[in-house]
Amino acid sequence: MTDLDTTTIVGHDLVKRFGTFVAVDHINLEARAGEVVGFLGPNGAGKSTTIRMLCGLLRPTSGQALVAGYDVAREAEQVRRHIGYMSQKFSLYNDLRVIENIRFFGSMYDVPAAMLKEREAWVLEMAGLVGRESTVTGTLPSGWKQRLALGCAVLHRPPILFLDEPTSGVDPISRRQFWELIHSMAADGVTVLVTTHYMDEAEYCNRLILIFHGRIVASGSPSELKQQTMTGELLLIECDPLGRALDALQHVPDIRDLAVFGNALHVVVQHAQTAIPHLRGVLSGQGVTVSRIEPIHPSLEDVFVSLTAQLSAHRT
Amino acid sequence: MPPTVAVTDLTKRFPGITAVDRLTFEVQAGEIFGLVGPDGAGKTTALRMLAGVLTPDGGSATVAGADIIHDPETAKARLSYMPQRFGLYEDLTVEENIRFYADVFGVSRPERVERSQRLLDAAGMSPFTDRLAGKLSGGMKQKLGLVCALIHRPQVILLDEPTNGVDPVSRRDFWRILYSLLAEGICIVMSTSYLDEAERCHRVALLHQGHMLYCESPAELKTHLRGTVLSVVSGDARRIRTALVDADGVLHIWLVGDGVRLVVDDATRRIPELRAALRAAHLSFDRLEVVKPTIEDLFVAVTSTSSGETS
Repeated sequence: MTDLDTTTIVGHDLVKRFGTFVAVDHINLEARAGEVVGFLGPNGAGKSTTIRMLCGLLRPTSGQALVAGYDVAREAEQVRRHIGYMSQKFSLYNDLRVIENIRFFGSMYDVPAAMLKEREAWVLEMAGLVGRESTVTGTLPSGWKQRLALGCAVLHRPPILFLDEPTSGVDPISRRQFWELIHSMAADGVTVLVTTHYMDEAEYCNRLILIFHGRIVASGSPSELKQQTMTGELLLIECDPLGRALDALQHVPDIRDLAVFGNALHVVVQHAQTAIPHLRGVLSGQGVTVSRIEPIHPSLEDVFVSLTAQLSAHRT
Repeated sequence: MPPTVAVTDLTKRFPGITAVDRLTFEVQAGEIFGLVGPDGAGKTTALRMLAGVLTPDGGSATVAGADIIHDPETAKARLSYMPQRFGLYEDLTVEENIRFYADVFGVSRPERVERSQRLLDAAGMSPFTDRLAGKLSGGMKQKLGLVCALIHRPQVILLDEPTNGVDPVSRRDFWRILYSLLAEGICIVMSTSYLDEAERCHRVALLHQGHMLYCESPAELKTHLRGTVLSVVSGDARRIRTALVDADGVLHIWLVGDGVRLVVDDATRRIPELRAALRAAHLSFDRLEVVKPTIEDLFVAVTSTSSGETS
């Protein structure tokens, strides 16, 4: 049993420059054994660069990171032995049989022959693939394939697991089963780092770290982020015609963000109570019928967009 | 008004599998219709049939008044299909890509200039017209693909997972462009494997293994969920799950990052019972409350009773 208070990932003032471009700008982060941490950020925010540095694949320009106690710059080989990596898209060989994939990863990770038998059995059991050892991997339903990929990524029992959009395209039942497995590994002391664009996946993390322009701009549990980081309040407006409403609201200065959700609008304002009568007035002035206008709880996506929009505004 | 897209019993079989099984739906002008479901649900196959690039084994469909089986060329002239990998020329600039597609579709120069400017503005891409397509971020590439696909004013747009790999901010731009097109009477059929994206469509067809489970608005869909979704926020999620998994009235229970979610048959009756059960087990929690169901909740409830394949 691993001590759950152990810090297994520490990044201190991590910087990565590519020429004049600063991809990662003095990032500090920590993850403990047993934690499931989500890395969120727009394309180009520095997520993958950070992960690559933590995996020992990319040397930091400055700063330091320890992963499983090893320095990523000086002991990259040791770091790679102590991590597992899985992405939904690239992990498995589709034209190999299930058992061949497991053995391939076993040899890649130098799993000792004595241990491999037991680990093979564990993967087959965990992925629900007992009796399907000879099935060609490409023909498996996506949920099974993904559990197999997970099994292959942790064949060597790494204390740290990196997941890159792990449940993209998978049906929700399989997704929930997948996260059950992840959380049970975390219960055994594995540290899990997940990168994703999708809020469906972010909801499953214990803690989220939001990266933007190479810096960490927010972190907390999904419910903390929803409660604290949103500046302003979110309103739902159901109205008709929507197009005219959109045009009318585009020019209201108090509105910080405006998005269409099917037959309704999501609008971010400073104070809901003062904005509601004002917006009603604006809309009815343009001949728009408002059937409903009320404050709602923000989703993680609303939080994400609100934060990044705010920060973009500061930069320009 | 007749529907812009009418699909009746559309079927496609591949060896050993019926990829699309008697799919039936209609889409009106000015509507965004979503084909929603996980990989393997049949979304891409359905879109390819509508785009006239794959011949159905059964059923029929008309797109903008043209029959896709008997008159595919007319249908193709009136629609635009954006596959998952849209063919951008990476060594051409943004503007050159747009000009190329405008020429292919026979769009006149003044029309191209006016339209591309409007679309690029909406996409937030006007400052980047001289950039090579190969140098654009994933989100920008997708937006450029959409601009190219729209340059000839199609009546119907078919989009296959257009926001895959696109971050939430770019995704909002993308949706803004789509909504701005509706005023022109365009009709949009798109696929997504993310059920949260379905919320943005006017109506969705929920697909699973080639079958259509439901076809309704997102709000109507959620009324089909039997029971109420509850959220328990707690740092002790795993033990809470163990304590409640066999409790009376709990239909589903699963872990999330900051607690557990569960579906119960009768919230008024079960909430006090669950609170008591947690107290008896000495498990602490911050909140236990009713939350709005998602389309994912419905999907899980429906597919877990109808199919053993994923278990």
